[in-house]
Amino acid sequence: MCDCCGGNHEKKFVQLEAILKKYQGMKGALIPVLQEAQDAYGYLSKEVIEHIGEHLDIPVSQIYGVVTFYSQFHLNPRGRNIIRVCQGTACHVRGGKAILEAVQKQLNIKAGQTTPDLRFTLETVACIGACGLAPVMMVNDDTHGRLTQELIPEILTKYS
Amino acid sequence: MDMVNITIDGKQVRVPKTATVLEAAKAVGIKIPSLCYHPELRPEGACRVCVVEVAGARGLVASCVYPVSEGMEVRTTTQQVREARKMVVELLLANHPQDCLSCQRNLNCELQTIASDLGIRKIRFDGEKKQCSIDAENPSLVRDQNKCILCGRCIKVCSDVQGMNVYSFANRGFSTTVVPAFNQGLHQVACTYCGQCATVCPTGAIVEKDDTQAVWEALSDPNKHVVVQTAPAVRVALGETLGMAPGSVVTGKMVAALRKLGFDKVFDTDFTADLTILEEGSELIDRLQNGGKLPMITSCSPGWINFVELVYPDLLEHLSTAKSPQQMFGALVKTYYAEKAGIDPAQIVSVSIMPCTAKKAEAVREEMRSSGYQDVDYVLTTRELGRMIKEAGIEFANLPVEEYDAPLGISTGAGVIFGATGGVMEAALRTVAEILSGKELDSIDFNDVRGMDGVREAKILIGDLTVKVAIVNTLSCARKLLEKIRSGEADYHFVEVMACPGGCLGGGGQPIPTYSETRQQRAKAIYECDYTSTIRKSHQNPAVKELYDTWLGKPLGDKSHHLLHTHYKQQNRK
Ligand code: SF4
Ligand code: SF4
Ligand code: SF4
Ligand code: FES
Repeated sequence: MCDCCGGNHEKKFVQLEAILKKYQGMKGALIPVLQEAQDAYGYLSKEVIEHIGEHLDIPVSQIYGVVTFYSQFHLNPRGRNIIRVCQGTACHVRGGKAILEAVQKQLNIKAGQTTPDLRFTLETVACIGACGLAPVMMVNDDTHGRLTQELIPEILTKYS
Repeated sequence: MDMVNITIDGKQVRVPKTATVLEAAKAVGIKIPSLCYHPELRPEGACRVCVVEVAGARGLVASCVYPVSEGMEVRTTTQQVREARKMVVELLLANHPQDCLSCQRNLNCELQTIASDLGIRKIRFDGEKKQCSIDAENPSLVRDQNKCILCGRCIKVCSDVQGMNVYSFANRGFSTTVVPAFNQGLHQVACTYCGQCATVCPTGAIVEKDDTQAVWEALSDPNKHVVVQTAPAVRVALGETLGMAPGSVVTGKMVAALRKLGFDKVFDTDFTADLTILEEGSELIDRLQNGGKLPMITSCSPGWINFVELVYPDLLEHLSTAKSPQQMFGALVKTYYAEKAGIDPAQIVSVSIMPCTAKKAEAVREEMRSSGYQDVDYVLTTRELGRMIKEAGIEFANLPVEEYDAPLGISTGAGVIFGATGGVMEAALRTVAEILSGKELDSIDFNDVRGMDGVREAKILIGDLTVKVAIVNTLSCARKLLEKIRSGEADYHFVEVMACPGGCLGGGGQPIPTYSETRQQRAKAIYECDYTSTIRKSHQNPAVKELYDTWLGKPLGDKSHHLLHTHYKQQNRK
């Protein structure tokens, strides 16, 4: 048992303990452990990563390196709705940047961040394959195309 | 050893089967330009400056990671090779801040050197520059990731040599950086401030925190009495920063230069190294005779102290309570010396020249104020002193040889060997053996404890007691030792640990570059200083004797306890 966070750590990490147990002694356990931990907690907090490091005997710096290398992993809580604004070539030519700016302004966060109320996470993507509709953004699984800055506030009200 | 035959630039050579192309070329005197490669670290193959043509291989290969094989034909200077190298360096420069002229590593930067060697006169690309914030929140080191060329050396020295694993590559593509976990500052993670990462960094991405400005200001303030102490390992390395060969002993010129810079008194840390031996030696004898915690482990290396406080807080009791020579010195300057010289300690500015970056952090520890003031005000590394000497326009090579000031400049050969791994042990043995046996030693050279291996052991017969000792350098080796102590496997009486490879002479504040040959040369010079000293045992230092007789009382006495000893506590960074 580790000593990283005093008393209530048992409770806090029950799920993580179960995941770690499943992979105990296995080689190459890091990635699957990280994936399952993220599924369980929604994101990979510093405490979770430190706990994993201690149990798998892998330096936290290295785990941080892995987590930041793969875009599937998240170090911060994610919003209930994920906005992906396309910055691919076609969208770029048709004002994708202005769309991104409009969303940033509306939500008062930058790309890569999440609103404090956890309603939205804003990301950019290189191309989502809907170039005919450029400029495009996706909110969760919905594609919104032929965007203008003015359309943004209304679209966002649909997601709570 | 299995050998293979290969041809490099038309030259037939026989090389070990395990060699890389770069090593093979080096062995026959062909230098392949390289950048990320460091002879003492696992190659990363990151920069591709070292590319060569290998007959039959697809494309150019990175020679620092490409293994040799029987019959291989290598060409190292073809047009294609030279152009590829240039391209690689040009691309690096395109993303690099162009501020060489005001960079701490100006004229001692491997990126500059390779750009110059490859004859780059124009950067054809205008790349995006990184916008990383600067990490300067700790007393020892400054990290500027904008100057990082992603060579990976700092990662490896910190994990493989020091076992601390502070750094890792993070993110990917253009955003790739080399950072501590969660992109924290070094003050937030388990960093010992040893500075080894700074000595292997090819560029200005990791440097010592520069405190020269504050020292210049003190020197030009007529109301301040500025005294300086110089650590043992500085005198055998400083010359390298001023164009002299490694292993040059420059003690007397250094003293002259410090006077020219305006220091009021030039003293020697070797004096308090001798004093350390008396305090620490007495502590050892006390622990041996009265059943104290054994093994007792030395406490002069602040990188090592940070390590125990960070990683093995349960073993803190093994550490000698004796302060490091730097801190003993600081405590005495503003008490004993101030009294003797009739100077108000509030007017004294106490500066130390150290081979070490962790010493900067040691000086600002809250325990290190036993004089009622911060005992040591500023710590400069060997590199910083070199820069001050240059800035003052002093022609170092032409300086006369001068002597340290008395009394805190009087020292012995035992004090000077503190600068080499095994030196504290040897100095302690010279004294402890004579005190315990009551007899003069026939030979005071303890050759068994010398050398460069990470862990060395010896058994020394003192009277009828066999004293088991160990000498350790680098923190990865220290970790092995502490694991053995924790498990009860280690039955040593006394252990010396130095955080840096080779001890202080390979410290994180020493001239760049430092390779294993450099460390050997500096070690040779240190032992030369010892041989040529008239007195070679700490307990025979007349100035130390006088200090005890007239002021301090006896080793481990009340005054010593207050001024010269300290305590340790767990640090919670991880
Ligand atoms: S690191 Fe080297 S190349 Fe970069 S600014 Fe400093 S001196 Fe110039
Ligand atoms: S100072 Fe030492 S411990 Fe800290 S990051 Fe550098 S090499 Fe690692
Ligand atoms: S900080 Fe220095 S040593 Fe570390 S990867 Fe960057 S350039 Fe290399
Ligand atoms: S020196 Fe070989 S890849 Fe950098």
